[in-house]
Amino acid sequence: MMRRLLVIVWLVAAAAAPVLAMQPPAAQSEYVPVKDLPPVDQLPAAPLLVAAYSFIWLVAMFYLWTIWRRLNKVETEMRALEQRQHRGGGR
Amino acid sequence: MFLRTALLVLRKDFTIEVKSREILYTTLLFALSCVLVFSIAFVKEGEPLEDAAAGILWIAIEFAGTLALGRTFERERYGETLRALLLAPAPRTAIYVGKMLGIVVLLGVCELLLVPLVALLFRSPLFAEPVLLVALLLTGTIGFAVVGSLFAAMLVRARTRDVMLPILLYPMTVPLMIAGVRGTVALTQTPADPTSAIMWIGLLACMDTVFLVLALWTFEPVMTE
Amino acid sequence: MRKAFLPLLVVTAAMFAYAPVMIAHADYESTMGLVQKVMYFHAPSGMVMLISAVVCGVASALFLWRKDPAADRVALAAAELTALFGLIVLVTGPLWARKAWGVWWVWEARLTMSFVGWLIAVGYLFVRKYGGPGSDKLGAALAVFGTANVPFIYVSVNIWRTMHPMTTVVPTLQAGMRGAFWFSALTLFMLYGLLLTARVHLERQRAVLDELYLAEEDRS
Repeated sequence: MMRRLLVIVWLVAAAAAPVLAMQPPAAQSEYVPVKDLPPVDQLPAAPLLVAAYSFIWLVAMFYLWTIWRRLNKVETEMRALEQRQHRGGGR
Repeated sequence: MFLRTALLVLRKDFTIEVKSREILYTTLLFALSCVLVFSIAFVKEGEPLEDAAAGILWIAIEFAGTLALGRTFERERYGETLRALLLAPAPRTAIYVGKMLGIVVLLGVCELLLVPLVALLFRSPLFAEPVLLVALLLTGTIGFAVVGSLFAAMLVRARTRDVMLPILLYPMTVPLMIAGVRGTVALTQTPADPTSAIMWIGLLACMDTVFLVLALWTFEPVMTE
Repeated sequence: MRKAFLPLLVVTAAMFAYAPVMIAHADYESTMGLVQKVMYFHAPSGMVMLISAVVCGVASALFLWRKDPAADRVALAAAELTALFGLIVLVTGPLWARKAWGVWWVWEARLTMSFVGWLIAVGYLFVRKYGGPGSDKLGAALAVFGTANVPFIYVSVNIWRTMHPMTTVVPTLQAGMRGAFWFSALTLFMLYGLLLTARVHLERQRAVLDELYLAEEDRS
């Protein structure tokens, strides 16, 4: 459990690291057209876009996987319980 | 019958409190400590930051209120009187309303001390529009008490109640806090803005009504096993 | 119903994989450039989060007043998904904001309320896990209160003047963007439906298991 958690955290951190490395400049109050921004402000948008898209994939898959894992556990217990009943049911 | 029961519960709490004044004094002192801690964060070179007073006032009310809620219901749990209250042949929502009014009164007394103190310590013209300020504080405190009393009553049997109450209460009361703080800022601005403040008071009153109705609906099914 | 789950999941995954193609072909937004395309996932995720919060609230209300255990299962599943899609909104939003506004986060109305809504959903999950006896009813009351907050989230943008796009962005979307937007929205809605179904199924199986345990204890 801990190891899986660490893997997930590592994946998210690896995806976020290049984005976090950029320091934010002073905030602006209006939209400024991208072309008019000074070159230093023209962050490459592609990494942010890709990060957003992959985050959604990762989160959705992780959640599905946790459901699948918990479902397996419940069904294993149910089968064990049924077996016990069949064995003891003869009494 | 309903109102009488609620007022009876209120009187019971009031009588117990007047005897020992335990919750009142400790809540007041806690609010004072909060104000002290905030002064460290929000005072720059001896001058309080602009509009800090509004935030400090409302946060102190919220923190002190959370403690007071926890302690009020802890007293019921300790004395094992909660079951007796629930078994009483009285509408349960009346018990809730009585508890809620008790919290409003307690917080009201705290605010009587806190507001002049914050105005003094942070040089804030809180009394520029006293009527509107009272209305703002009243609606905000009632909203907080409505939500807080419900959650505190529900959590009485939980083992993690001390930490769960703030976890549940603070996000739920964020709209109240925002309205309270922005309303107070509108009142303490240099050209005071009573129109905005009235808008915030209206919004608070709307939230209070919605939350009170919801609380009256949900108290019964939640407290029934 | 069960049999349809896996094919639908595959279809949704395919749609999700195809969505970037549609988005790339959609109109280029001149002021914000490429990063505006995050909107195609961010806005529908926000919609799904709000829908899920309402589902949770309604199911909780049904559970509180009709004592229907199926409603409780749906409420728990919907709360988990509110937290999930809320997380997506709260992460994709700043990724967009960093480029479009220059800052990761701004304490304005809609962002604050989304954060608050997410905290309430997480609070619900904590209550179900650590609340002790009666935590299902407690959580249900919390969810009902949380749902009452949802209109405030929607209205808040229109009361406060803010940097966040006004709520009228979706109806006034340019024609060139609408196709890609509704395709992405449909994908996310289908994803939500599938995840909700799966999660409710898990809860139902857990309830069946509890019944079996109780039956075994009664027998012995």
